Amino acid sequence: MPIELHRIDDRLIHGQVVVGWGQPLELRFLVLVDDEVASSEWEQELYRMGVPPDMRVEFVSVAEAIAKYSSFAADPKPGMLLTGDIDTMARLCAAIPALRRVNLGGVHHRAGRAQKLRYIFLTSAEEDELRAMAGRGVEISAQDVPAARVIPLNAILEGEAIA
Amino acid sequence: MSEGPNRPPALVIGHRDFAAGIVSAVTAITGRDDLFRTASNDGLDTRGMEALLREAIADGVTMIFSDLPAGSTTMAARRAQRDHPTVIVVTGVSLPLLLDYAFAAPDAVHAADAAVEKGRAAMTVARGPRSAD
Repeated sequence: MPIELHRIDDRLIHGQVVVGWGQPLELRFLVLVDDEVASSEWEQELYRMGVPPDMRVEFVSVAEAIAKYSSFAADPKPGMLLTGDIDTMARLCAAIPALRRVNLGGVHHRAGRAQKLRYIFLTSAEEDELRAMAGRGVEISAQDVPAARVIPLNAILEGEAIA
Repeated sequence: MSEGPNRPPALVIGHRDFAAGIVSAVTAITGRDDLFRTASNDGLDTRGMEALLREAIADGVTMIFSDLPAGSTTMAARRAQRDHPTVIVVTGVSLPLLLDYAFAAPDAVHAADAAVEKGRAAMTVARGPRSAD
């Protein structure tokens, strides 16, 4: 599968993505799905700073990601699709039947969120959204970097694994 | 070394305990604990880091040192800098770089440039003697 990882990470493009995952998976492209970033040249320029020269980055809105997903998936080179929040990934999963596995990479502290893992904090609405995605057959687990333990959604929601 | 009151406050931000660690090394070497404030990205998204940096800027910080050039700390610093053009962001921070800045004259712009040059120049590769074949 050319898109090796579908990741939710509110830091978007940063060290864990480019180095932590990018090197072992030999990623050659990133698809950053974010309506705000897709409409801002300044934001795109900022994120391009974090991308090595041998890695392509596509900035797309949710609608564009849905429309272009099959072409991203057909790319022979390995890539990663990134969203900055759970809602965006949920919209993609609802519209793209082939998207059936999601990595929770970083959802950090914000008012109203409760800590589930060192790098995962969720509101009750976000918990419900993740349960709904799982109920539709999407496999969801948390793993910030490849060397870390994979923690399945049920363990995250039951608060079994703050680490 | 220049005296503290003439120097704009500086903040070091990095991943996990990086800033606290490197600034403790500066303190150990210079004997000064008033040169740098520290911040961590731990538990924060980019917007949370940006808010933290904006607070520091409002508090008088004009110089931000960040660890990874492409890291979330630098992204946040660049965002915070956008509305504050007098703020300088230096990336790829190292101990030689911070020490040079600590000992420089209190001209923030030139002190940053000189410190970056010092940081670059401090990187060397030392190999042991070649073993006989």
